[in-house]
Amino acid sequence: MIVLLGVAVVILGFALKQNPLLVVAVAGIVTGLLGGLSPQQVIAAFGDGFASSRSVTIFVITLPVIGLLERYGLQQQARNLIGKLAGLTTGRFLTLYLFIRQITAALGLTNIGGPAQSVRPLVAPMAEGAAERRYGPLPERVREKIRSYSSSADTVGLFFGEDIFIAIGSILLITGFVNTTYGTHLEPLSLAIWAIPTAICAFVIHGYRMVSLDRWLARELDAAVAKRETVK
Amino acid sequence: MIKSEWFYWLIGAIFLVMAVQMLRDSTNPKRYGTAAFWGLLGLGFIYATWVVQKQAPAEPLGVAVLVMAVLGGFGLTGKGERRTTTSEQRDESARKLGSKLFIPALTIPVVAVVCATVLKGQTIGGQVILEKGSETILGLGFGAVAALVVGMLILRERRVATPINEGRSLLEAMGWAMLLPQMLATLGSLFSTAGVGEQVGKITANVLPSGQTYVAVAVYCIGMAVFTFVMGNAFAAFPVMTAAIGWPVLIQGAGGDPHVVLAVGMLAGFCGTLTTPMAANFNIVPATLLELKDQYGPIKAQIPTAIPLLACNIVIMSIFAF
Repeated sequence: MIVLLGVAVVILGFALKQNPLLVVAVAGIVTGLLGGLSPQQVIAAFGDGFASSRSVTIFVITLPVIGLLERYGLQQQARNLIGKLAGLTTGRFLTLYLFIRQITAALGLTNIGGPAQSVRPLVAPMAEGAAERRYGPLPERVREKIRSYSSSADTVGLFFGEDIFIAIGSILLITGFVNTTYGTHLEPLSLAIWAIPTAICAFVIHGYRMVSLDRWLARELDAAVAKRETVK
Repeated sequence: MIKSEWFYWLIGAIFLVMAVQMLRDSTNPKRYGTAAFWGLLGLGFIYATWVVQKQAPAEPLGVAVLVMAVLGGFGLTGKGERRTTTSEQRDESARKLGSKLFIPALTIPVVAVVCATVLKGQTIGGQVILEKGSETILGLGFGAVAALVVGMLILRERRVATPINEGRSLLEAMGWAMLLPQMLATLGSLFSTAGVGEQVGKITANVLPSGQTYVAVAVYCIGMAVFTFVMGNAFAAFPVMTAAIGWPVLIQGAGGDPHVVLAVGMLAGFCGTLTTPMAANFNIVPATLLELKDQYGPIKAQIPTAIPLLACNIVIMSIFAF
């Protein structure tokens, strides 16, 4: 039971808004020591953990080219492009992106999107651009919300698309775990097809919320636009 | 054969070059701490190759990671002034270049797709070109390098220092949050070595009344989501919850179809991933990359989807598995 103290450290640390790096480091040390590791083994665990998890940091490789393109106006051009597509509201655009992200992830193409590759340089500016075309300059709070929703479209699309692809980590983890532990033989393909019903639900629910964002924007900004007009 | 470790060395080298730039950047009030953080990160990326292959001790890397945590955690890192174009210059440049700007950005996914599909498993002289299992990672790397070359040609940018500088500004803006996903991965493995999983599994198995299949389905799915929320990773939750409830109660006890139970169980865990700051690479890193004031913005956008979707998973499993 006592090893659960590490979990308590994490929850408490995040709740008290302490720096997450420190919270995680302290929780790791506490858990390791309570779990019977020697201090040296705990330090080695941090080294091993870092070494084997480097793949989550590889998006850094895209930052120089993304930064270069932003310097020359990529985000502005993304806005200009969306400005020409009159029917594409913020919500509809994000629903479309959610769909594309799900389909490509289901085909195993998980790395073509992501916060660094697509959301920051293209998706978020386009989502903002669609709202700006209609309502003019956006208040900070609205901008934050549109960016958060852009990120969520990317993440939800990835999570509930990738499991349909048979060679993805989570499907292989399932077959690897049960086939070795319980001596059965499950086929990846027959598992992957059962990810489809949830994928459809995810699209319907999150897509509905993206479209609802348009209504929220209308409520939030129509008043602001009207106010500006009267001032003129 | 092109190995993924080479690609990690390239990233390590980029961090090191940026660390040197940071050291010289007198506009950064905390330049020494900043340079130390990114320098250690760069060295760690390279040294880790031998740790993974068990040819070097992991302890020095562990010490480096804890030093980075201290540097980042106590606010000893900072950022310099961003020397880049103004918003007017960007508008002007966007007008001039037009949609040509999209070509390098789209080069990344195109090359990544080619590597993951066409080049995958291809051989030259009996050797595979891309290391098996690393095709998508390598694809992203090649895509980024190719995009940089294409971008510099299209934009007629001659100085390699320009993209490195721009990339460094983006990294400095993200700051210590960069290290958080890897720290959390470490915490996850410490949790499992210390037996946190078994404990949580026992607790959940104890609250489970026997004989009620649909209650067990709900406990399995909600347990996956809650456990994932705590661990930040559905992969860590899956073996534990499946050993406690999924296999013995739902599949063996109630005769559920293992394919449905396990596939949907994993997806129930993903609903937990959507809601937790512990999954920093999906939830916190985007917030910093998008320069949001509210670090929890993406999570707040995802919670109202995660909860009904979890309910959907319970219904799907109940209908199709039995």
